[in-house]
Formats: sequence, structure tokens, C-alpha cells
Amino acid sequence: MRLPGFAGLVWAVAMLPGAYWWWAALTDRLGVNPAEALIRGLGLSTLQLLCVVLLITPLRVSTGWTGLARWRRPLGLAVFAHALLHALAYAWLDQAWDGPALVLDVLERPFITVGMVALLLLWAMALTSWNGIIRAMGARRWQALHRSIYLVAVLAVLHFYWMRMGKNHFGEVWFYGLALLALLGWRVWRWQRQRRIS
Amino acid sequence: MIIRSQTDGFVHPMGSEITPQAAYLDRRRWLAQSALALGSAWGLGTAGLAYAAPGKPLKGARSSVSGAIALDALTPREDVTSYNNFYEFGLDKSDPARLAHTLKTEPWTVSVEGLVSKPRVWGLEELLKLAPMEERIYRLRCVEGWSMVVPWVGYSLSALIRAAQPLGGARYVEFITQADPATMPGLRNNVLDWPYVEGLRLDEAQHPLTLLTFGLYGETLPKQNGAPLRLVVPWKYGFKSGKSIVKIRFTEREPRTSWNVAAAREYGFYANVNPAVPHPRWSQATERRIGEAAGLFAKRRPTELFNGYGPQVASMYAGMDLRRFY
Repeated sequence: MRLPGFAGLVWAVAMLPGAYWWWAALTDRLGVNPAEALIRGLGLSTLQLLCVVLLITPLRVSTGWTGLARWRRPLGLAVFAHALLHALAYAWLDQAWDGPALVLDVLERPFITVGMVALLLLWAMALTSWNGIIRAMGARRWQALHRSIYLVAVLAVLHFYWMRMGKNHFGEVWFYGLALLALLGWRVWRWQRQRRIS
Repeated sequence: MIIRSQTDGFVHPMGSEITPQAAYLDRRRWLAQSALALGSAWGLGTAGLAYAAPGKPLKGARSSVSGAIALDALTPREDVTSYNNFYEFGLDKSDPARLAHTLKTEPWTVSVEGLVSKPRVWGLEELLKLAPMEERIYRLRCVEGWSMVVPWVGYSLSALIRAAQPLGGARYVEFITQADPATMPGLRNNVLDWPYVEGLRLDEAQHPLTLLTFGLYGETLPKQNGAPLRLVVPWKYGFKSGKSIVKIRFTEREPRTSWNVAAAREYGFYANVNPAVPHPRWSQATERRIGEAAGLFAKRRPTELFNGYGPQVASMYAGMDLRRFY
């Protein structure tokens, strides 16, 4: 049942958006302010992949295609990798690796604080994404940690909302906010139904 | 030896940073040709290049106003004319260059009214002749954290203010800009209350650096840059410099300016460039200079108090708490 290359292939395909943004930035295809376009592009790709990964379980349940479960881990790792690339682009191109300034920026600006918390949660999930650790941690604790993906979804939309707030430019925020709300809402609905049945 | 004068602003670029004109023109031609080649290869024709269409020549004599000629390297014309915040034509920076062609700039009048002894509706042609045109090279710092260096053409707003003769009670000047739903698709967004309104204290408006602007790069203003006339106030964040102005009103009370109404905590009435007063969501300590050769990896540069125009303008704010009046 285990295709060794499968997860790697899913991950590689899911990494294409991040690869595209860096390629476009390095070949001067992102217009007049390439650093800003790169940072924002990577952020948006992260959000889109987050929607995709949260779509896996609803799709699996509604279609009965159990094989989809194997897509979750590589896609989750791709979400983390994009969030990391987004943060690295910010630290490098916006903050020029200036450690103290960067720490101050993260602490002083709520929208960056929120983004950083989401990144750390993704990081924790990425580090505990191998089978051995599930036994080491205990399945219950492992699952609790990995349920923080729902918190990450909320923080990501909040991060996006705060970034756009001053300019009252909310079209896309609404789009992704509602998409994630639907994906989380489906889980609440299913959980309540299961509780009633049992 | 380089002699630095206090009145020239603080930061001088190295001579090597200034692009020689010949190299500059050559690069323009090369870029235009390759853009054309690319454009036709993609079947776009020249439509995608509409923003680069030249305006009518509008020459200005080199200004002798203190601080009017920044020594920084100029931002390329196509960057100045393709990366714009002009919400009347859309929220993306590329929207104005694509959509502003619908703006109707002829005929154009500017009503000067309010607390003045000579209220009057000026035709654009009359305004063009009111005072000699000057070329001024100003740094432009956007509140979003980027900056450009633009060779504007115009004259000090004070010339128009003198002609209007403000009354004793006039303490502020309000600038009301064009809001025509038929030609400005961005007005469908309720991001701001239209028309876009900006304002200055009377002494700020009378300052010789406050430029009533009709052109850039030796030509009349492209539409995306606020044709046919706009304000440029170089020591304030860019949003203070209203585009496509139709009314100038002298008032006793501080005008209710658009961004201040939309988000008072983020955008103050004064909006003086100040690295020590952060925007609530980002630092203002540094800025990204648009169009630098290093492109993606160009380092952000430190932002100067009053955008480097402190020697000329700081005295207007003596004793004022710039954190409170941001």
C-alpha cells in the first residue's frame, strides 16, 4: 500500500507556487516593487494551500476516497514551507536580517505577531510529522497539537485582514475568510452530528 | 571636495549614483524596444504600453528655491508612471496606468473659493501662465514605505494663493479632487468617501516647496499621475498630495481629509514624514527606493525626518508634539 515516492511527489507539486514566486522575483518579472510582490505573493500562496489542505478531509468523507488521507501530510508540509518562505522573504528583503529590528517589528505590530504565531504552530506540526513521534508523544497529545491547524487558519485570515485594514481593501480577505469559515464550519457540523449519534 | 550645505537637505548621494543622461536615454530606448518586441510577441500590440505615451512638452527652468533640487538618482519614468496610488482608478498600483486614460482633462477648471477676497474659477490655460514653470526634483515618500525621486514641473502654490488674497480668518486650505463616476471606475469602491479631499495649514500651503504641479519629466502630467494638475508636498507622505484638483477652498477650520476620516488612527492630518512615528501596522524607519538597479535585493534606506526637508520646513512645527500631531 505504501508508494514511497508518492508523498514526495505531492509535496513537490504543491511547492510549485513558491518556486514560481521566487523564480519570477529573481528574473525581474514582478514589476516595480519586486520585494513587496514576492512577500505578498508567497503569503497568498500559503493561504491558498491552507484552504487546499483543509479541503482534504471533507473531500475524503464525501467521496469515500480513503486514499486522500495520504495527501494530507505532504500538503501540510507544503503549507509550512510556504509560510517559512514568506517569513524568510520578509526577514531578508524587508528587514535585511537585522535581528533586533526584526524582533521589535514582530512584537510591535499585531499583524506580524499573529503571522509569526501561526508560523511557529506550523513549525511544531512539521517537526512532529513523522510516524515515530506519534507513539512517542501519545496519539491523543499528537492529535491535539495537530488540531492547531484550525487555529492557524483563523490566525492567517486575521493576519491578512489586519494587513489590508488601513486601506479598506477587503475583497480577497472576504473570499478566503469565507472559504476557511466553510471548511471549519463543516468540521463543527460533523463533530456535533457524530456526538448526537454516539 | 564635497561641500555639504544645511539647506540642501541631509543625505546626498554619491556622484556615481547619478545616472548620466546619455546612459539613461539609451536604457530608455533599449527598454522601449524590448518591451515593444515582447509586447508584439505576446500579441499585445502597443495597448499594454499606453502609459508610456508621452505628454505635451512642458519645460521648466531649474528651480532656485532652497531644497528644490534633490541630488538623488531619478526614478525611471516608466516606474513613476506605472506604480501609482490613485484609488479613483482602482486599488492596485497598476490600475491607474491601465485605466486612467478615460479621465477627461480638457476643458478643466479649478475653483478657488472660501475665505479669499478674490474667489475665481480658473481655466487650466490661465493657471499654466500664472507663474513661470520650474523643474523641481523631489523625493516622494509614500506612507506605505516606498519612495521615488521625481522631476516635477510646476510653480509654488503660493503664487496662486497670492492671487486669491486669503482673508484674515483663513487658516487652512482644502484641496478637492475630481470625482466623476463616468470616467473613474474606482469610485464604485467605497474604500473612501469621494471626492478625495486633502488639506494643509495655510503656512504649509504658502511654503515655497509646496508645488502646484503640471508636469513630470519635462512633459505634462500623465493621467495616472494626476493630470492636469496636482499638488506635491515633498516633506509629507504622498497621500497629502492630491491629484486632479478641481477646487481649492480656504477655511477657518481644519479640513476633514479623506484618509483621516477613513482611519484616523493610521493617517493624521499632518502626515509629515517621520521615521520615529511608526504607522500602527508597520515601521516608518526605512523605505524602499523604487527603481534601484539592485532590484529585489536593493536594501531599504533610512527614512529622514520631514523626508530630508527639515532645514526648509522644520521651523513650521517648532514646539509641536509630532507624535500627537502625526
